[in-house]
Amino acid sequence: MTVNLIGLGRDVYKGLPTTLCAGCGHNSITNHLIKALFEYGVQPHKLAKMSGIGCSSKTPAYFVEQAHGFNGVHGRMPSAATGAKLANRELMVLGISGDGDTASIGLGQFVHMVRRNLDIVYIVENNGVYGLTKGQFSATADVGSTLKNGTPNEYSTIDICGLAIELGATFVARSFSGDGKQLVPMLQAAFSHRGTSIIDIISPCVTFNDHTGSTKSYSYVKDHELVANMPDFIRPREEVTVDYEPGTVQRVTLEDGAQVLLRKVDRDYDATDRIGALRTIHESRAQGEFVTGLLFVDPNVPDLCEREKMIEKPLKDLNEEDLRISREAWTTLFD
Amino acid sequence: MQQRSVNDFTIRVATVNGSGSQSSNLVLTNAIFRMGIPVAPKNVFPSNIEGLPTWFDVRVSSKGYQCRTREIDVLVALNAATWRTDAASVRPGGVIVHEATYPVSGEAQRDDVTYYAVPFNELAKANFKDGALRKYLLNMIYVGVLAELLGIDEATIEAAIGTQFKRKPSAVTTNMDAARLGFVHTREQLTKRDAFALERIAGPTDGLVFMDGNRAAALGCIMGGCTVAAWYPITPSSSLCESFIQLADKYRVDKTTGEKNVAVVQAEDELAAIGMVFGAGWAGARAMTSTSGPGLSLMAEWAGYGYYAEVPGVIFDVQRAGPSTGLPTRTMQGDVAFAYQLSHGDTKHIVLLPATVQEAYEMAMDAFDLADRFQTPVFVLSDLDLGMNSWMTKPLPYPERPFDRGKVLGEKDLNRLESWGRYRDVDHDGVPYRTLPGTNHSSAGFFTRGTGHDEEARYSEQPDVWQRNLDRLVRKHDTARMAVPQPVTDERQNAIGLLAYGTTHHAIVEARDELRKDGIEVDYMRVRALPFSSDIAAFVRRHDRVYVVEQNRDGQVYGLLRAELPQHLIGRLHSIRHYNGVPIDAHAVIDPLLAAERQPAVVAE
Repeated sequence: MTVNLIGLGRDVYKGLPTTLCAGCGHNSITNHLIKALFEYGVQPHKLAKMSGIGCSSKTPAYFVEQAHGFNGVHGRMPSAATGAKLANRELMVLGISGDGDTASIGLGQFVHMVRRNLDIVYIVENNGVYGLTKGQFSATADVGSTLKNGTPNEYSTIDICGLAIELGATFVARSFSGDGKQLVPMLQAAFSHRGTSIIDIISPCVTFNDHTGSTKSYSYVKDHELVANMPDFIRPREEVTVDYEPGTVQRVTLEDGAQVLLRKVDRDYDATDRIGALRTIHESRAQGEFVTGLLFVDPNVPDLCEREKMIEKPLKDLNEEDLRISREAWTTLFD
Repeated sequence: MQQRSVNDFTIRVATVNGSGSQSSNLVLTNAIFRMGIPVAPKNVFPSNIEGLPTWFDVRVSSKGYQCRTREIDVLVALNAATWRTDAASVRPGGVIVHEATYPVSGEAQRDDVTYYAVPFNELAKANFKDGALRKYLLNMIYVGVLAELLGIDEATIEAAIGTQFKRKPSAVTTNMDAARLGFVHTREQLTKRDAFALERIAGPTDGLVFMDGNRAAALGCIMGGCTVAAWYPITPSSSLCESFIQLADKYRVDKTTGEKNVAVVQAEDELAAIGMVFGAGWAGARAMTSTSGPGLSLMAEWAGYGYYAEVPGVIFDVQRAGPSTGLPTRTMQGDVAFAYQLSHGDTKHIVLLPATVQEAYEMAMDAFDLADRFQTPVFVLSDLDLGMNSWMTKPLPYPERPFDRGKVLGEKDLNRLESWGRYRDVDHDGVPYRTLPGTNHSSAGFFTRGTGHDEEARYSEQPDVWQRNLDRLVRKHDTARMAVPQPVTDERQNAIGLLAYGTTHHAIVEARDELRKDGIEVDYMRVRALPFSSDIAAFVRRHDRVYVVEQNRDGQVYGLLRAELPQHLIGRLHSIRHYNGVPIDAHAVIDPLLAAERQPAVVAE
């Protein structure tokens, strides 16, 4: 049996059988996640799988069954994730959300999580539609795209990546559920990034949003994806063995010493240029395309725990002696 | 001159908010307290930063009554806008100290009170060159005037000023000089013509200190081991979290590294605050939020999640007058029924009802233990009166009890057990076992969810599984019934019983004494938590009539008792309600009780 760096087999990273529709993009994402977690060697007991409500938010049941999961209330996963991380900063917090959960009901919490740079890998499984309630538009639906019955969306779209970059996010990426080559190393880079990692994954809804009027269908994605870069993930202290032509790769060193090598595809894209990233997102949208890749990264921003100057030890493990005012100091309170 | 009134009267200071009268009022309160005389200050303030009328009542009570009085004996009038109504509010025989320029003539003039006109503005103008400081120091002049009129000596005022400006010693001299202006002016220009006096007594205030309920609750959070606090500012609860932050900055920081063993987040709203609490509680930290009515409304969905997914968390609700934005700076016991059943579906929570500063502290600690023990949200329902007013209290006792972290399985337990299930009722008390994320064991993990689940935390829509789980939650609630703070009873086999909770207690104490003077003895039970202890039904059974007294319009606890007590006892319950936004006074208990007792229909019931 093949085992990973910490001696665990791939099966450990699997979960319960999916209950989503056959062909759902979310199932592909789950499989890529399993691969990424397995290869990375994530310790199951250190993983906290957080989610809100919706099709996407069911998926934490389908990977790493051993890990603790928290399927909270609609749109409020960021707050629960914040509490969990503060209680035990040793946890690797993985949040799974959807476009409704993030961009509509949960937009406020999403915004403030990003502002705080909570150390979390936050995945948006973005299909532009409400699946569980049978096919209403979400706020990430593009203007002019239609529902299955032909009704067009007339309201402006929320671009998760554009918004996150605007808010000061420190790791922002977009990919496609069918693109494991791009997504798996991207996820692993996010695992190594300390701070909020936003990964917006276009994930077609085969039941309600895979038709010709949709801009989140398999065929639309194939024709309109603009790949900014392809990441390679290099673990801490691991040697870079692949040769790259000079000038074709951007190298970013992450908090834990891991590196992400960004192979430039379409053009000379700089993933450390916040304003450039925003420009690319807007330009591609204007051209009817959507840009994928690690769009922006800044590994040098303190996360919430660091800003709060928290001790390294998990707060959950502290006892009376650690937490109570001493008897001597107590009496001075009532002088 | 009427008969002397010593150590039993109420002083009201009427000013404009933002004028800095708070310090002066606290100095006055503290000075009287230093003379050994019990005092109860009540700040009745507007929802405004500057320019609206505000009142500060100092009740002086040799018997130590802590509730508000309806009538004012001594008024300090420093607000031109409310001058006429303020003057009219003084009880016949009372005293009015007022700014000399206010008109005292015509129909507004009363011949049943004693007026003392003091040129406060003129004195301030002549003595304080600094215009910015002037309006603050003016307030200290009335402290001197009142002190001289009522009989507080200069040394006592000076000591009280020292306490008030402990952290700013430079202010002591300036303020004392201002107070002295009042003393001197009164001695030289006024002749004492009223009956009110303060006389030093020994005993009743010995060893007591002043504290507000919000600070006491914050101390309870510190001593109760709270490590995560998430909050959204809202009157009147903000000072609870602000006190917590202040204490944490002092006592939860490693002096050498500067690292903290606490995390406080000012959240974007109350939905996020409660979400952070449950996230932290799920991951094993003791977490709290503090809020008031509107914030509690926003927490409703999460509250049901905490109840059903069984996640610990502590929620302080410092109640204010609602509905809606209501009166943000006025008090009410208006959230009890709402908090008890907060969320959709069948939901019942543990609710603690502190009446005193000491209980605000102790119940804060209890709340963390109960939340862990029962793996559920615990609500502590204080109110503005308790939370924001200063109360005399004994120094808070150092906790001797260790934390009760409840039924948590660790690695070793899991090695020992053949299997475990998150929602199994192993001990038949409705309380299951849980594990925390981070527990290094392959069977530790489970999926916490608000959706239907079975004993093993697996998703289930099975009718029998669903109902079994809801029934277990009732069993857990029933176990909590006798684990929460139990009622306190003072009973002498009388036919009439009073039942109250929270700050209503202080009006009951005085009301019972007053009724006794009229020959009416009433028993008293103070409820301290929900779910109701079984002692409550027993108390009702022992009485012909039980008056449930509370500070809300709809008789919320009266209603809950009617719903939960045995059918044959319900007819014995009667409801007395006070809901005008200011704290309840003894007459709000006595008058309706006497009216009801005089109605033959009620007595015959």
